[in-house]
Formats: sequence, structure tokens, C-alpha cells
Amino acid sequence: MERQKNIFVSGIILWCIYLEKIKEDVIILGGGMAGLRAAVAAAEYNKKISVGVVSKLYPLRSHSVSAEGGTSAVLNPKDSFDLHAYDTIKGSDYLADQDGVEEFVRLVPEQIYTTDHWGCPWSRNPDGTISQRDFGALSFPRATFAADKTGFHVMQTLFSRALKYDNIHFYNEYFATSMFLDGGRFNSLTTINLRTGDYTIFQGKSIVFAAGGAGRLYQFSTYAHSVSGDGDAIAYRAGIPLKDMEFIQFHPTGLVPSGILITEGARADGGYLLNGEKKRFMQAYAPNKLEKASRDVVSRAIMWEIEAGRGAKGEYGDMEYVYLDLRHMADILDERLPMITEIAKKFNGIDAHTELIPVHPATHYTMGGIDSNVKTTTDFSGIYAAGENACVSIHGANRLGSNSTNECLALGNVAGVSAAKYAMEHDIPDLVVENVNNEEKRIWDDLLKRDGGENVAKIREDLRNNMDKNVGIFRDADGLNRSLKNIKEYKERYQKISIQDKSSTFNMELEWALEVGFMLDLAEIITIGAIMRTESRGAHYRKDYPNRDDENFLKHTIATYTKDGPKITYKPVVITKWQPTVRTY
Amino acid sequence: MTDEYEFEIKRKDESGKVYYSTYKVPKDKISTVLEGLLYIKENIDQSLSFRYSCRMEICGSCGMEIDGKPRMACSTIVEDLKKDRIRIEPLKHYKVIRDLVVDIDPFFEKYREVKPYIIRDDDGKYDKELPQTPEQFHEYANFAMCIKCGLCMAACPIEGSDPQYLGPAPLAAAWRYIADNRDKGAKYRVEVVDGEEGTSRCHFAGECTEVCPKGVDPSFAIQKLRRTALKIELASIFGGR
Repeated sequence: MERQKNIFVSGIILWCIYLEKIKEDVIILGGGMAGLRAAVAAAEYNKKISVGVVSKLYPLRSHSVSAEGGTSAVLNPKDSFDLHAYDTIKGSDYLADQDGVEEFVRLVPEQIYTTDHWGCPWSRNPDGTISQRDFGALSFPRATFAADKTGFHVMQTLFSRALKYDNIHFYNEYFATSMFLDGGRFNSLTTINLRTGDYTIFQGKSIVFAAGGAGRLYQFSTYAHSVSGDGDAIAYRAGIPLKDMEFIQFHPTGLVPSGILITEGARADGGYLLNGEKKRFMQAYAPNKLEKASRDVVSRAIMWEIEAGRGAKGEYGDMEYVYLDLRHMADILDERLPMITEIAKKFNGIDAHTELIPVHPATHYTMGGIDSNVKTTTDFSGIYAAGENACVSIHGANRLGSNSTNECLALGNVAGVSAAKYAMEHDIPDLVVENVNNEEKRIWDDLLKRDGGENVAKIREDLRNNMDKNVGIFRDADGLNRSLKNIKEYKERYQKISIQDKSSTFNMELEWALEVGFMLDLAEIITIGAIMRTESRGAHYRKDYPNRDDENFLKHTIATYTKDGPKITYKPVVITKWQPTVRTY
Repeated sequence: MTDEYEFEIKRKDESGKVYYSTYKVPKDKISTVLEGLLYIKENIDQSLSFRYSCRMEICGSCGMEIDGKPRMACSTIVEDLKKDRIRIEPLKHYKVIRDLVVDIDPFFEKYREVKPYIIRDDDGKYDKELPQTPEQFHEYANFAMCIKCGLCMAACPIEGSDPQYLGPAPLAAAWRYIADNRDKGAKYRVEVVDGEEGTSRCHFAGECTEVCPKGVDPSFAIQKLRRTALKIELASIFGGR
């Protein structure tokens, strides 16, 4: 680590800030599950390597702590890697790269045991071995879990483990604004130190993108407020392509009206979905798996019920919803589902032992992300990606429940080791000063000086409502084109924002403004990808093209930055041994 | 009763000036204190600063003094406070950075001091799990639920008079690992928590336990730590038996 501090006076007198330069061998963007796993892996690979974890939050405030139900791993001799791979690929609606999936599933078990040794309280069988539960669309109950606080416990474990290492340095509440390449290689990451307002440049040999998904582009969401797609947008603007961004997962059971996640584990353990007439309805949509079908299938089923006039309504404004019924399994709630039981009580005053829980599908996962692979590499030297920020693609058009935290662990580890190896063999490149200066002008001489009277929070609200309405579970050409038009209008309004807060200390409004800028770029990519994909696959459902079209669309969408908007190209899907067939549950 | 709440919020600006701002928040627009703060920030005063993230009481970001008590803004239902005028202040015993944002670093430094991770001589070989029965899990389960929100540090009277005191959450974390049958590091942790700024400072007033949003019982953990420290000390005196 090396620091250099120069006084730097911005165009606005009120922003008398410093320019600070920090050098680390390996930089990790994001302190969530993938980022922490990568940090520990890099630090353990060689204790002489310095690792900087850069996050706009404190690590434990990351959205990873909200993961609930479980993480799939082949631990039981009756299970198999092929079965885990097949479930994943079928779940992806055949858009996953099968070579990547096959390698990935083999990496997971060791991560379960590793985190166990580090203190993760994986739920146990009476004999002291690790227990597993069923989950949506699994053909073997392989979801390893820590009650219904899996993400929380894994995060505590990883964060605490990271504290053992003096060569891991945490840069908490540093908001990343951009990343620069030079000659196809990582050069620098620019940030604002939120506490001081200092413009802080991180230089390093390699970087791991582990900044999570983009689900707060939508209003009704299980995501933490902080998930604004920063990592995707920063990579995209730097020239790194994004893959398959039109695939946004809707989790069937977001608590109404807050959107807080009610784990799939509730249905895996036997919970029912009831429509407004208090009748089970999944028989009509997934006759074999019923409530335990894949998330895209169950979310659509709920929306079909609501569209058919069989939703419940009344208690929560205009929002229609269905019910999750756990009353018949009251005896297991406290041991296996304590968090959601507590959430229903605390936030809705509902006793899940005796009452129905109102739920509605909510954005939950961003299948797309940085175009990368199972080695966590990209087409750019020294740049790695892991977790939700990456698109390997393991999840294709629909991620299976229990397949995200295992990816954070397995590929976070790979990314950390790879970034460390790269750092051993390279020096820190010279800073391209011009880039850093341009970014400074963009923020302090442009963004902060705009004065058209537009409120960033209002633009954000309009954008989220637009995405809910036009780029949601059901899509069609009309809605998508409307969305594109709306996004253009929001972008124009964004040029006229006025940031009222002039403080350099903890300026949340500036942070919001930068986030909304990222969100607008990503919304555009998602919408255009969805317009061009005239088929239905996994989570992307076009009412005007209701069938999967393997002949034309068994391929990944690649979005590359240009000044005039994303350039869309396609990339083939890797098939190893599972030919696409009709997908039913 | 009116159809609006009044949020009376303690502010601190960049120059260090401290003052209160009062905002009117429509009752039908919000349920939780956090939603109220976001309503103000989005619609009334863009300069108000506070921390928040998950809004489901698991990330630990939004601790603040609400109606005179340390609470999480996201899980405090305004209606439950049964008043129309709500006073909101930054957490006590922390340095205020701006408005409701406090410096949480000293808390995490104390957490780190207690070595909050499994310590074993055979670390590094991860080919199967370390056995742990559900009963063994329940020995430490309560203490593993800590979300590091730091409310207990704001409630603890000793923290107020002695900022060096390790404090409830870090001590509870020390016990969480000692009570875990997979851990073999009790003696290293006892060295830290048995010092002058450790368990001996606690008066067992129990304020920490009372404010914890997750039902963690630091007060109980501290009692357990004292007994364990004594045991280890006796063992070292009478050693080898």
C-alpha cells in the first residue's frame, strides 16, 4: 500500500478536497461474498501481496447478508456433479455454458468445508455432519444451509476470516466512479471517499470486479437499497462488454408491500402458494414440481393468476398478491425458517404459524453481468470478475435458487487466486493522468454544477416504475419500446439535475446521482437486449413471442459501450452433453 | 391525532454546527423510520445524511437513537412508538461524522481485537466438515446472530465513560468463538478479554441485551467469559491435571 496526498481544489469552492492515490497489488471492488472470498484467497495465496477491498459500504452491509435459503453443493454420495450440472443447465433454459457449469459444480464442495472450518454454522444432522435441504427445481436435496440466514452466516465467517490477515486493507465507504484500461490492461479505479469527499485513485496490478447485481433498477425488489449495478456500469463504460443483461430474475415470494425476501426454502420445506380464493394453483403450471418449480415458472404462474383476476387485494393499496401458506408446518418454522418467521412478525405483524403471508414476485437476481468465464477472466489483462457482477454464464436465462452463494464462494476463490498470481508477475502500470483528470471534471465540473432543477430521486423513482411496468415478468414490443423512449427522456432529465447538497462529507445525494447515471445505462442495455430477443427463455418472457427459439436465440447477448448507446452482438452458447429439450417442471 | 408525523432530527454539518431540523412526513406514505428518512431525503431536504442498505434488519447499517433509545431505523415501525413527534439522533458513544452518520471504525477495531475467527493448529486442510451436533451449535447460536449494528455500544453505560472498554458486541463475539466446539483458541481470546478493558469493567446492567435487535445476550456472554478465564487461569496454576 502506498498513499500520496495532494491538495486539489475543484471548480466549486465548497469542494476543497484532496486528491489521494493509493496503491495495492490486488484491488477487489466490492466487499460482499464474492469480494471477501477473493480477498481472503489472494491474501492467503501470498502473504506479501497487498489486497485492497474497496466498497461503498462496510463489508457486512453488503447485500450478500440477505441471502437466505441455501447453497447447492454435491456432498452426498447419492448425488452427483452431473446431476447438479444438469439441474443448473435445465434451470438456465439451456443458455448456460455447459463447460463452465461442469467445472463450477466440482469447485463447490471444498468451499463448504472450507467455510465450515472457518466457523460457518452450517445446519447439521443429529450426527454432526452437514445437513442439506430441498430447493426449487433440484433433483436432489443439495442446498446446504445455515437455517434461513445462509448469506448472513457466510458473510460473518468470511469477514472475520479476512480480519486475520494484515495484508488485507479495507477501504470502506469509498464510492467507485469509474475504472480505466490502458492498452487492454487494468490501469486505475477512481473513487470518492464518502467520509471526506476526497477524490481517491486506486492503482493496482489486478482488479476483481465483485460489486454485485443491478436489481434496484426496479421498484419492487428483494434487493438492498445499495444494489445499483455500479460494477456492471463501471466495467461497461470502460469498454468491457456485458452479457445477457436482459435476464432479470423475479423471485416468486417478495413480502408485500416491502419486497423483503421470503426464502424459497419455505416452499422447499413444504409451503403452499394460494391465490386470492385461498386455493393452491401450481398444479396448472408445473404439475410435477408444483411450488418447487424454478423461479421463472413460479413467478409467471403467480402473475397469470393475478391477471386472471384470482389475485388477492385490499390490504396493501393497489397491489395484488397471492399468499404463502406455512400454517401446516408451524412446528418446523422456528428451527428451519426463523428469519422469515421473524420478518413476517416484525414488518407485517403476521404470525406465520397461524396466518397467511402476502407475497408478490420481486426482482431478485441479475443473471447478466461482465462477460467472463469460469476461470473468472475477461478479455482484458488483469481484470477478473466473480459473483453476481460476473456472467460466466452458469445461470443462463434463469438462475436456480441455491446457486448464487456457491458461485460467490467458488469463483470468488478462483478470482482471488488468479488476481494474486497475476500480481506476482506484473508491476503496477503508470497512471494515465488524463483519464483521472477527465473523471474529476465529469464529477466536479459537470455533475455537481448542473442546475436544471431536476431531482435525482424523482428520476430514479420514474425509472424504477418504468422497469417494473414495461420490462418486468411479462414483456412485449409495445412496453419495451415505451421503456426505451422513457429511458431516453430520463437521460435528458439527468442532464438537468441539481444536486442540492454541497457538502463534501458523506454526500449521499452525489452518491445517488452517480448511481442513477449507472442505472440509466444499464436500463438501456436491458431494454434493448429484451427488444432484440424475440423469443421467451427463462426469466425473459415475451407475450408476443411466447416460445423459445433455439434456432435464432440459443446465444448470449453481448452489449458493448459506444457513445451512441450499446452495440449488440451475440456469442454462441457452449453445449457439452445436454442438448436443449422442452423444459417442464 | 393528525395525518402527519413530525421527525425531529439532530443534525451536524460539515463545519461542525449542531442543530435540529423538523420535517412533516405523511403517515400514509411510510411505515418504518427508515422509510420516513428516505421520504424526507427524496422529497424535502436533500442534505440529510444517514446510513441504510438492506431495510430488513440484517445488514446493521441504520442504527440510531430513536425516541431516546438505540434502534434500527429499518425495523422500527413508527406507529408502534405511539407518538406523532419522533426525535431521531445519532447513536451515542460514537463520533458523529455528519447528521445521523457516526464513526463506526472503533467498534470494528474492538471486534477485531477479540480474534473473532476459528483458531486451530490444523487449519488449512478442508476435505470434510468438522463435526458439530445441533446441540453443540446451540451452545453459541445466540451469539452468532450479531449483525454488528453497534446499538449495544451506544446503550452500554461503561462505553460512555470509558471508550477503551471492549464493549458488549466484541465480548459476545469472543464468547461466540470460544463456545464453538470447532475452535481451539480460547486461551488467546481470554488474554484479550480478561485485560483491564475487558470483562471486569462490565456491571451487568443489561442495557446491551435489552437493545439488541437480534436477541443476542452479551451480558450473559460476559459472565461466561469471566468463568472461562478463571478456569484457564486455575488450570495454568495447577497445570497438567
